[in-house]
Order: sequence, then C-alpha cells, then structure tokens
Amino acid sequence: MCLAIPGQIVEMLDGDHHYATVDVSGVKRKINIHLLKDQGIQLGDWVLIHVGFAMSKISEEQAVEQLNLLSMLGESEEAMEEVKGYQFDDRQKV
Amino acid sequence: MTMKYIDEFRDPDLILKTSNEIHRLVDPDYHYRFMEVCGGHTFSIFRFGLQDLLPKNIELIHGPGCPVCVLPMGRMDEGLALAKQPGVIFTAFGDVMRVPGRQGTPLELKAKGADVRMVYSPLDALQLAIKHPDRQVVLFSIGFETTAPSTALTLMQARELDVPNFYVFSNHVMIMPAIRAIVESPDLRIDGFIGPGHASAIIGVHPYESIARDYGKPVVISGFEPLDLLQSILMLVKQMREGRSEVENQYSRVVPAEGNVAALKAMDEVFEVRPLFEWRGLGHIPHSALKLRPAFARWDAEVHFTVDGVAAAEPQEGQCGDVLKGVLKPHQCKWFGKECTPEHPVGALMVSSEGACAAYYHHVHLRQMAGG
Repeated sequence: MCLAIPGQIVEMLDGDHHYATVDVSGVKRKINIHLLKDQGIQLGDWVLIHVGFAMSKISEEQAVEQLNLLSMLGESEEAMEEVKGYQFDDRQKV
Repeated sequence: MTMKYIDEFRDPDLILKTSNEIHRLVDPDYHYRFMEVCGGHTFSIFRFGLQDLLPKNIELIHGPGCPVCVLPMGRMDEGLALAKQPGVIFTAFGDVMRVPGRQGTPLELKAKGADVRMVYSPLDALQLAIKHPDRQVVLFSIGFETTAPSTALTLMQARELDVPNFYVFSNHVMIMPAIRAIVESPDLRIDGFIGPGHASAIIGVHPYESIARDYGKPVVISGFEPLDLLQSILMLVKQMREGRSEVENQYSRVVPAEGNVAALKAMDEVFEVRPLFEWRGLGHIPHSALKLRPAFARWDAEVHFTVDGVAAAEPQEGQCGDVLKGVLKPHQCKWFGKECTPEHPVGALMVSSEGACAAYYHHVHLRQMAGG
C-alpha cells in the first residue's frame, strides 16, 4: 500500500532512537524511526508510516489532511488494521 | 459517473479552478496521454473519478507502480515452493496472499496446511523468527523503493541480533528502470509522467531528470489528493504548452529533492542490482531489481533454499501486459469481469486495490452495471 499512515511520536523508546511509540488516531504502536534519525526526529513530531517504519516527517496540518485522504478513499479501516497488526512490539532492546 | 465527492475534497473551489485552468490551456486538437506511474495514484484517480474533471482529450494511462501487479508468476511459484518445505513459516504482506501462482495462491496453500502468515511489516517476520527458533521464517518481500529500505533495515537488524533462522526472498524492484522500459517501448506513446509520491520520497527528484532530458518527457512528482493530482496534470500541460520537459515536484511537502539519504544508504548496504529480472507484463528488464549482497547471503532465501527449476515461463494470462503498459484499457481485456474478477483474480492487476483492473472494476464497471 502506497498510501502512508500519519502518526505522532509520543514516546522515544531507546537511546539510539531506532524505535518510538506513535499515536495513530488513538492507537499507540511501536514503529522504527531509523530512516528519520538524520532529520533530528523528536517527541511530538508527525510522521508518515509505511510497513512499520516512519518514512517522512510531515507537519501536523499534513497529518490531518492525510487522515482525511485515507478516510475519503475508504482506506481508514485498513490503515488502522495495519497499525494494530504490527507484531514486533515486544519492547526488546535493539 | 458523477463527481459526488467533490464537496468533501479539501479546497473544492481550488479544485474547480484548477480543472478550469486545465481545460483552458489544453490544445483541443491534441490527444494527451499521461501515465500515473504509482498504483496509489491509480486508486485515487478512480476512487475520486478525477477523469471527470479533465478534458476529454487528456487520457490517463495506468502505470506499473503496483508491486504485486508486476510480480511474475515464476517468482510466486518459487516462493510457494519454499512455503511447502517442512519447518518453514512463509510470511508476506496481505496483497501477496491472493496472487495466483500456477498451483494457487498463498492463501489456498495455507488452507492445504502450509504455515503461511500475513504480516504488516518485515519486522513482524523477523519477530516470528526470534519467537520460533526451531522454524525457518521466510519473508517473501515485494515493493519498490518505498518498501525496500524497510526490508534492508530489517536484515541489518537480523545481523545485529544474529538471528539465524530468518530468510528474505527478495522481489524488490526499482521504479526508474520500469519507467525507462515504458518510454522505450515502441508500441506506446506517453506525453508525460505523474511521478510516484512515496517512492520519490526515498529516491528523490534527480533520478527522473534523465527521462525529461534524454527522452523529452516532462515528469511531475505528485501527492495523492485530488487537488495534488489535478495540479500535477496542470503542470504537465503547461510544460508541454511551453515546450519544456523538466522534472517538477508538486509533492515537495513530503518529497525532498535529495530523497531519504539514510534509506538509500541502508538499501545500498544490503542490496545489489540484479543483472536481469522478469516483470509481469513488461518482460525481462535489465538492472531493474534488487537481490541481497553476498555479505547477507546467510539470510538470503535464494541462497539457503534450492528453488531452481520451479519457475516456468509466464503462462498466457489474459492481456495483463498490454494493460500494464497502457496499450489496452482494463475493460478491453478479453477476461475482464468474466474469468477475471476481484473475487477470482486471474491476473495480478485484479488482485491489489492499486491494480488498474481492480480499481476500474470497483469504480467504473460496477457503477455502470448498476446504471450509475
């Protein structure tokens, strides 16, 4: 699925900043943020998520627009299923 | 068809203004053919009925940027051969589960007792391997540059954690060789490209410059909203009107000119380019796909398992190739809506919601059948 999911970083999970917890419409999941490390990703930032990885940093306004877009495309449910479906969250230190 | 969604769009006034501007600037005596490369764009265009907001002489051709759509049957057969091996847990994204190989789909194989599991992230597959050290977990990975960095980082993590029972069967492909193959295809005239959004967030703007410079085709990288796509089409029309062929970035809010350097670095560390790879419908394209580097051979399913001799020649499959290249419209395929439907797909274009045939089926064919 090319249509990325927007979420907000609500918790940094390790010293190396490989992982963070995102909030996607109230659902909190662990995602990998390695690809945005160079861009100084921090708490409160909004990101586009694809297959468990944060791919791009976006503004809050863009995040709202992306959620609207998913909803207009009838893809919100599938997007939430994807986020809820991530199974790699065992809080292991990596 | 009606534009029933237009009031829900962001900036409906601006959308109508953009649509009017496209109508004003097109040459009425010319038939424009623009290709949207990305399956996400195809989905958006059909879902919103954007063709209705365009002049009749602008034709949108649906491109190859849908990962399962271009996956050749031979690779499915090889992947499914792995799934049948004892001790293997076969994992893949949801879209792959319904793609037919010669002996059925992964889902059908699962029904026959194979351990086939859908994952939402390559990290899920790695996690399964960690949880089941007595099993061999194979990730059947697909996708363009949007997904390849995630697979690369997962493999780097497998190395870091020294996970011995995780294997990747890489079907990752690259978007530029596909665009080049289409531009060079003799039976296809494309005037300009709507460049993919999220793949471009990884590769950046510069790779498209050769398409504009060497082939004289304008490229506009686009977002996914109705306004994004209309603005991109307007930008293409303007370029042609002014005799320009350049790369423009309509989606700069997400696509940096240089791409995502960390992602490109991870891909380069883990993958190397295959000399040749088969694409469903497009045939063999040189230097178009990624395999694991020798340094990652330990996690390479193609090295660890014997899969030779499973792949057969692509069977005659409707006219997927002609639809993929935009030579035929989905409904012009002889199997469309008859042998081949989203419920029982024969070709992969009917499987994914991003495939041109499935998008056309849901948003045009069914509405016409209902008299809409």
